Amino acid sequence: MAEFTIDRFVDLYANRTSGMSASEVRALFAVASRPEVVSLAGGMPFVQALPNDQLLQVVREVLEEHGSMALQYGGGQGDLSLRRRLVELMAAEDVAADPEDMVITTGAQQALDLVGKIFIDPGNLIAVEAPAYVGALTAFSAYEPRYLQIDIDDDGMIVDQLEHALIRGERPKFVYTCPNFGNPSGVTLSYERRKQLVALCREASIPIVEDNPYGMLRFEGDPLPCLRTLDPENVIYLGTVSKVFSPGVRVGWALAEQSVIQRLILAKEAADLCGSSFMMLVTERYFAHEARWHTNLSSLVDIYRSRRDTMVEAIAEHFPQDATWTTPAGGFYVWVTLPDWMDTKAMLVAAVERRVAYVPGSAFYPDGRGRDQMRLAFCYPPEDRIREGIQRLGTLLRDEAQLYGSLHP
Amino acid sequence: MKIAVLAGGRTPERDVSLRSGHRVAAALSERGHDAVLVDPAERPLVETLLELRPTICWLALHGKEGEDGTVQRLLHLIGVPHVGAAAFDCEVAFDKVLAKDALRRAGVPTAPWVTVEGSALRDLGAGAALGSVVERVGLPCVVKPSRSGSALGVGFVERAADLPAAVMAALSFSGAAIIEAKVEGSEVALSAVGTPADPLPLVEIVPKSGVYDYASRYTAGATEYFSPARLSADVTTVATEAALAAIGALRLRDLTRVDLMIDTDGHPWVLEVNVSPGMTETSLLPMAARAAGMSLSDVCDRVLQSALQRLSGEQTRH
Repeated sequence: MAEFTIDRFVDLYANRTSGMSASEVRALFAVASRPEVVSLAGGMPFVQALPNDQLLQVVREVLEEHGSMALQYGGGQGDLSLRRRLVELMAAEDVAADPEDMVITTGAQQALDLVGKIFIDPGNLIAVEAPAYVGALTAFSAYEPRYLQIDIDDDGMIVDQLEHALIRGERPKFVYTCPNFGNPSGVTLSYERRKQLVALCREASIPIVEDNPYGMLRFEGDPLPCLRTLDPENVIYLGTVSKVFSPGVRVGWALAEQSVIQRLILAKEAADLCGSSFMMLVTERYFAHEARWHTNLSSLVDIYRSRRDTMVEAIAEHFPQDATWTTPAGGFYVWVTLPDWMDTKAMLVAAVERRVAYVPGSAFYPDGRGRDQMRLAFCYPPEDRIREGIQRLGTLLRDEAQLYGSLHP
Repeated sequence: MKIAVLAGGRTPERDVSLRSGHRVAAALSERGHDAVLVDPAERPLVETLLELRPTICWLALHGKEGEDGTVQRLLHLIGVPHVGAAAFDCEVAFDKVLAKDALRRAGVPTAPWVTVEGSALRDLGAGAALGSVVERVGLPCVVKPSRSGSALGVGFVERAADLPAAVMAALSFSGAAIIEAKVEGSEVALSAVGTPADPLPLVEIVPKSGVYDYASRYTAGATEYFSPARLSADVTTVATEAALAAIGALRLRDLTRVDLMIDTDGHPWVLEVNVSPGMTETSLLPMAARAAGMSLSDVCDRVLQSALQRLSGEQTRH
C-alpha cells in the first residue's frame, strides 16, 4: 500500500500559509476574465485613456537621460527625485510631506505587507473597517493577526464601535481604513468621523493606517482633509500611482514618522532590496509635467464619473426593490446589499453563466460575513457593457427571488 | 499520429482542465505522438479541428460541454473521432439525475435520493413538497447540482432549515438539484482504462477538513490519499465490482473514474462517474496508475489504443 503524497513538504509549511488554499471563486474568475463576460469584478484602472505618445516620450526621456541609473539597483528608500515628485502629488490633496519621511514600495500593496511585517506578531489584534480591501486583509493575514472588525455606514467607519472596543479594553496594534471612496464600499469617511477617529487613536496611541488610492478620483463635492493632514504624527499614510497613472509601474509609497519609516525601509530592503529604478524614473518623469498629468487625470475622472452614473442608474432600473447600494462620490466601486437570504458566492457561478461577474461580499470580511453583499466595479468596462452587465445581474436577482419564494411557499 | 487534446473551455473547471490537458499532451508526446492542445475558449473549435485534421481527439475538458456530450456530438458532426464514451452516454453519465436512475435500474448501489428541478420549483409549486424530502432521504443529506463537477455547488445539510439555501446554491450550477442521503464511511475512487474497463487500484481519499470539496481537491496537501485503499480484500472486491457495474450500466469506455463511498458495514455506494477524469498532478487517476506501476504515458497509450481499436473496427464495418 502506498500513501500518495501530493506535496511532500506539506508538514513543513508555516502556519501562516494555512489560509492559502484553492478556491471556487478564483476558479470562476478564470472564466470571468473571458471577453464575453462583462466583468464588474476587477478594479482595473482604465489605462487605455493614457495617451500613448506621452508614455513613449516619458520612457525615451528616462533611457536617454538616466539610462545606466534606470537599469541599476537603487537605494531601499526609493529614488529621491521620485519622492520629491510624489510630495508635489500629495500636495494636490493638501497632504504635507517630507521626502525623507517616505519609502517607495512596489505598489501600496507592498506597503500593506510591510506594515503588517513591522507591527503584527501572531495573535495580535488589529482593527479594520468592515468591509475592508481584500488585499489588505490577505497582506495582514500572513502575519496571523486577530481582527477587530469595525462596521461602516454611509459616513464610513463607525468610530463609536472602535471607541467601545477600546473601553472594553481591546488594544489593537493599528487601525486600518480606506477613508476616501473606500474599497469595496465606495463610502467616504465624514469629516466629523475623521476628527473623531484621529482624536481617539491619538489619545490611545494607536497608529492609523490610512490607505488612499482613490482620493484624487473625486467626481463631485469638496475634498475632505486626509487623516494624515489631521494628525501627521499618528497616521501612516499609504499612497499609490496605480489609479492616477498606472498600476503596471508598481509604484506606491508609505509616508510616516521617521521611526516607522526607518523600520519600513529595513523591511523593504529585506523583502526586495529596492524598487524598480526604471519604473520609479518613468513615474517621476510622468508627473514632472504638471499640466499633462492634471489633464489626463481630469479626463479619467470624467470617464469614471459617467461610468459611475451609468452603473447607479442601471442598478436603480434593474435591481430588486429590496436591494440597497452606495453611490460613491469617487473611486471605482459600488457596494450592493441584497436581501439577507441571498448568497452571492453561490450565485456567482450562475452570474458567470449569464456572462456577468462581480466579487462576492464575503471576500471583504475577515470572518466571512457579507454573504448577501457584492462589490461592483465600474472603472473598466465601457458604459454600454456596464448597462448590459447590470441588466443581466438584475434578471438573475429576479430569478433568484422567484426561486427563493418558491422554496418558501 | 496527430492528436488534438481539447482542454480549457468556459466552465469553472477551466484551469483544472488546462492542467489536465497539458499533462495528457506531454504524456502523449513522450510516446512520439504529435499532440496539440486546443482550447475551445481561445480558438473556434470547428475551424481549428478542420485545419488540424487530427486522427483523433482527446477530451480533457471538464464540466459542461466537455463531459455532457455536447462536444462529442459536435465532433461526430464534423467527422472527427474521439477518445471516451459516446455522446449520449456522456450526457447520461454527466447528469446525476439520469445517471443515478440508470444505476438503480441496473442494480448498482447508489444512495437514496430525490430530484428537485428548478423549473418545478418556479412553475409548479414544488417547494411545498420540500418538507417531505427530509423524511424520505433523512439527515444529514447532501445537495448536489445535477450537472457539475469538482464538487462545485455541493452542500452538506445537517438541519432541515438549511435545505432551501443548499438547494438554491446547487441550482446556481444546474437546472436541477439532487438531494441524497449522506453515506458515512470512507471515500474511494476507482479508475479504469481500456475497453472493456480494466480497473486500477482503488484510491482512498482522506480530506483533512473532513469534506472532499473544491479546496480539498486542488490545494496540495489538503487531502491524504492511499492506494491501494486501506480496505479488506473482500471490501475491495465488492467496491471494484460495483464500480465496474456502474461503468457497464452507463456504457462508459476508454477512461473512466467512479467515485464511491464505502459505508461502515463495508458496502459500496456509487456517488458519481466521470467520463473525463482529472489528470492533474493532484488527480486520482494518475495516482491509481502509479499504484499499479504505470506511468501517465502508459495510461494514455492504453486509452489511445483502446479508442483506436474501436475506430478501426467501425471503419471495417462501414
